[in-house]
Amino acid sequence: MAVCIAVIAKENYPLYIRSTPTENELRFHYMVHTSLDVVDEKISAMGKALVDQRELYLGLLYPTEDYKVYGYVTNSKVKFVMVVDSSNTALRDNEIRSMFRKLHNSYTDVMCNPFYNPGDRIQSSGSVSLSRAFDNMVTSMMIQVC
Amino acid sequence: MSPTQWDLPVELCCRPMAFVTLTGLDVVYNAVHRAVWDAFCANRRADRVPISFKVLPGDHEYPKCRPKRTSYEWYIPKGILKTGWMNKHLNLVPALVVVFYELDWDEPQWKEKQSECATRVEIVRQSLQGRNTKVAVVLIQKKTPLPPGEDVIASERAAALCNACELSGKSLFVLPHTDHLVGYIIRLENAFYEHAQTYYYTEIRRVKSHKEFLNKTTHQLLFVRHQFKIAFFSELKQDTQNALKNYRTAYNLVHELRAHETNILEIKTMAGFINYKICRLCFQHNTPLDAIAQFRKHIDLCKKKIGSAELSFEHAAWMSKQFQAFGDLFDEAIKLGLTAIQTQNPGFYYQQAAYYAQERKQLAKSLCNHEASVMYPNPDPLETQTGVLDFYGQRSWRQGILSFDLSDPEKEKVGVLAIQLKERNVAHSEIIITLLSNAVAQFKKYKCPRMKSHLMVQMGEEYYYAKDYTKALKLLDYVMCDYRSEGWWTLLTSILTTALKCSYLMAQLKDYITYSLELLGRASTLKDDQKSRIEKNLINVLMNESPDPEPDCDIFAGKTAQKLWADRISLAGSNIFTIGVQDFVPFVQCKAKFHAPSFHVDVPVEFDIYLKADCPHPIRFSKLCVSFNNQEYNQFCVIEEASKANEVLENPTQGKMCLVPGKTRKLLFKFVAKTEDVGKKIEITSVDLALGNETGRCVVLNWQGGGGDAASSQEALQAARSFKRRPKLPDNEVHWDSIIIQASTMIISRVPNISVHLQHEPPALTNEMYCLVVTVQSHEKTQIRDVKLTAGLKPGQDANLTQKTHVTLHGTELCDESYPALLTDIPVGDLHPGEQLEKMLYVRCGTVGSRMFLVYVSYLINTTAEEKEIVCKCHKDETVTIETVFPFDVAVKFVSTKFEHLERVYADIPFLLMTDLLSASPWALTVVSSELQLAPSMTTVDQLESQVDNVVLQTGESASECFCLRCPSLGNVEGGVATGHYIISWKRTSAMENIPVIRTVITLPHVIVENIPLHVNADLPSFGRVRESLPVKYHLQNKTDFVQDVEISVEPSDAFMFSGLKQIRLPAQAFYSYQYFCQATGSTHG
Repeated sequence: MAVCIAVIAKENYPLYIRSTPTENELRFHYMVHTSLDVVDEKISAMGKALVDQRELYLGLLYPTEDYKVYGYVTNSKVKFVMVVDSSNTALRDNEIRSMFRKLHNSYTDVMCNPFYNPGDRIQSSGSVSLSRAFDNMVTSMMIQVC
Repeated sequence: MSPTQWDLPVELCCRPMAFVTLTGLDVVYNAVHRAVWDAFCANRRADRVPISFKVLPGDHEYPKCRPKRTSYEWYIPKGILKTGWMNKHLNLVPALVVVFYELDWDEPQWKEKQSECATRVEIVRQSLQGRNTKVAVVLIQKKTPLPPGEDVIASERAAALCNACELSGKSLFVLPHTDHLVGYIIRLENAFYEHAQTYYYTEIRRVKSHKEFLNKTTHQLLFVRHQFKIAFFSELKQDTQNALKNYRTAYNLVHELRAHETNILEIKTMAGFINYKICRLCFQHNTPLDAIAQFRKHIDLCKKKIGSAELSFEHAAWMSKQFQAFGDLFDEAIKLGLTAIQTQNPGFYYQQAAYYAQERKQLAKSLCNHEASVMYPNPDPLETQTGVLDFYGQRSWRQGILSFDLSDPEKEKVGVLAIQLKERNVAHSEIIITLLSNAVAQFKKYKCPRMKSHLMVQMGEEYYYAKDYTKALKLLDYVMCDYRSEGWWTLLTSILTTALKCSYLMAQLKDYITYSLELLGRASTLKDDQKSRIEKNLINVLMNESPDPEPDCDIFAGKTAQKLWADRISLAGSNIFTIGVQDFVPFVQCKAKFHAPSFHVDVPVEFDIYLKADCPHPIRFSKLCVSFNNQEYNQFCVIEEASKANEVLENPTQGKMCLVPGKTRKLLFKFVAKTEDVGKKIEITSVDLALGNETGRCVVLNWQGGGGDAASSQEALQAARSFKRRPKLPDNEVHWDSIIIQASTMIISRVPNISVHLQHEPPALTNEMYCLVVTVQSHEKTQIRDVKLTAGLKPGQDANLTQKTHVTLHGTELCDESYPALLTDIPVGDLHPGEQLEKMLYVRCGTVGSRMFLVYVSYLINTTAEEKEIVCKCHKDETVTIETVFPFDVAVKFVSTKFEHLERVYADIPFLLMTDLLSASPWALTVVSSELQLAPSMTTVDQLESQVDNVVLQTGESASECFCLRCPSLGNVEGGVATGHYIISWKRTSAMENIPVIRTVITLPHVIVENIPLHVNADLPSFGRVRESLPVKYHLQNKTDFVQDVEISVEPSDAFMFSGLKQIRLPAQAFYSYQYFCQATGSTHG
């Protein structure tokens, strides 16, 4: 369902990025990167709103002809970006929201792992088992057909 | 750029305005006419009515009107909209023709003039046969007209003229040629505007009236055409609401047309036109969301209508144009005040337009790759007789043919071929770049820096495809740092790869090397085989050879590049490139680390340079040099290997100069710091690593400070956060991440090897010459020279202390204000090993409290470091805190001669002054002498000599003195009378003979003096014997100026027997004393 899922660090470098292998990978990287413009803007617009009342889901960041890009930001300013095919009308706001929540939970598990060093890239980190659960979860989100 | 087939026609994009022609004006030779024309057309502001004027001769031929069709039954339309139609109604067929004619009401030859005017009107009418165009007459008059109704002749003649010209009264105007020309003209044009609106209204009615004759089967095209015309006329009428409504209907009708490969282009063209009009009007009505919604609908409807696959690039071109046109409209609306937002701005449309332009390029590339031998067909199927198409969006070789079957497949083929060959000549890259740069400008405005960078990358890539490598490099180089600073290595690698290709194709040595360095580095995501290839090329380049061509380069450009590289070799010469690494991530990493944060000047300064290569194969460097803030050290920190260029490859794993991938190489440097640098910081300002050889080509990597490049700060942060245990390495190896850069160190003086000892007896006493004995002993192994002592009050304390503290070396004389608080650089001489010297120091403290004293000893010593003779300056300091206290307290009291306490003394009556000196010093004090200095108001009764000379007081002991004084009467003095000073001269008992005595002056308290009238003084013997008489004598003294009556009565006690007068009354003279005697005898009991 999702064609690209990315986790971006607070400092805006990618922690994890995965896209459907058949497509042009670089294009998705650019897409995720450019979407950070909107994320930044939305975060700054949120300002110093009460932390516990803040909505983490940022909604649709920007539409392109072929894809929709959604964003989500955690309280520690880690961003999740998801790219969805425009033609996929089955995915509505609620589904996207719950996907992000799942992603967030899975990311929290990674963070809780004592062998993970916050700020390290999730894929490239030395320990394989560390990111496997996260990877599997992302895979399930990318192939699952609604 | 000249307009292309895909550009929207000008007449579509302009704002339609009512068209009015002016005839009978000679604007070239007639000044009056010229002025009239200027008033119409010059400086038209927005508040004037929207009319487009044109001056035409009276006999101008207007386009012929075709005879009205009475029935549509047999009529089959050949297309949707004729290409000339819009222009015809904008610029050729007027809504109103105005005939200007010079004629005053009192014209003598009225009849002739009137008929001439009528003729002119008739000619115009002839030319407009069949059209509904209005005609109006304007009389240019020299005289100002009278108010309406007053000029009888005028109204008569006006009526006559209207009659002659067959005009209604409303179409006849008078234009007096007077001062207020512009005012008249504005009134005139408002009237014209009304006529024009009526005209367009009737036109709309006329077109609408056709509708009833149409049927859905054969006249589908006409539905669209008529709807479009109605809308267009509404626009001319400035009725934009109705125009929009009609365009919307037209738009829906267009999509109802039966689409087929043969007419799809025409449908799309018309849909595009109508969509453009709708969006434009929506923006004009300030409903941008409607415009956007319409555009989205339009795109969704048309996206899939590709048409002929052989000409699919046409569809892409059309799509691109749709987005571009919408972007332009959006941008124009913003310029007129609309506000756009980050996620909805024209940039997105330009960007999409660029994507379609890229798609067009791709399609064109695959569809138009005909052999060079394929000739452009002759006759040109794209030529038409008139040079233009009859209908918008039709094929020139089958205009007006509505059949869906291709009647002539051969002709069709030739036509398609012609289009394909033409497409080949289109400068696609130019179009794409223009669109991208439009988008960049927009995204810059709407705070999308990353989108902007992305588009600039695309522009760069497009320039690369267009073979403009200079521009490509410029753009790519500009945005690289954005991706680098945010750590998007995949994207950076992709950009670098393109940049490397560009620099290869231009044979730009420095760029080529820089990009190679980074592509080999740890930020690059290239596969190892790619890296190997690049490293090999880099080594080739450094050996002054040509690199292998980059893959996927244009063959022709590649050949040129090879030639360029060959030229570069022959031009060998100054081929040293210095590349600052702080802005990128090269494949060699460097860290410098001083062994300690500070070094003593007599030990060598040591530091390590760590190097690590990330490239796939070992690499050899030729030179490493380190620069310092004090450049004198640079010479000591150079490693150089005189290797020939060809050795770079042969012996790759040997020697210090070779970096093995992934292994950290440590290089130790040592130098002796200069003695002048004691107390200064030595900083590594840069590290230069040279690759290659000066005989070939040489790249100098320059690290600022102690190493580190664009990515290392983030890495250091990550490493610091990490609590991962690193695998154990052999002893001589270190983990790269664990090395922390230490780029500076302090040079501090040699550790002194002397002892400084202070001997004294605290606390100090106020004002005494306090003795401080400084003992300096040398423990050095050689003689020390130039020993200097600085001693005194430690600077930086309370400023008042400086005033009240004085230091001297000579204890024999008291020091005064002129002595300093700190004695500096007292030369003491040289000291042999083990020798010791003593120095006495006297301090005089004027106030009590604690003070810090500093004793600082400096000396020079010759020593060696690393077999180098150096003279070191060493110093040692001692501080001591000394408390100052009062040596003693002095208490003074006044008592009567009978030692009774006195609150006040009586004039002329003697009294006693008692002083009491209580020692507060922990050390024994010697009171050398004391002295009473009386104030002039006091007189002494007996000798004033000291009673405490040479008395030694231990702690807590006191010494008292008593002086008998008298105070003459002075009258009533406020606050009492001054007594004088009490001066004590003293010293420490332990102090040496030659130490001066200290005089401490105590100011005695004032005393209240009181006058008394009568003074009684009893003179009693000190003892009496039992049963013997005891003579008691009383002196009575009258202290007043008058005679006083005194009554004396004596009341003896029971213990005495009494003789003499018991009661007496006598006058007492002034200042006279009486003696009164009485005798008493008594006994005491027990």
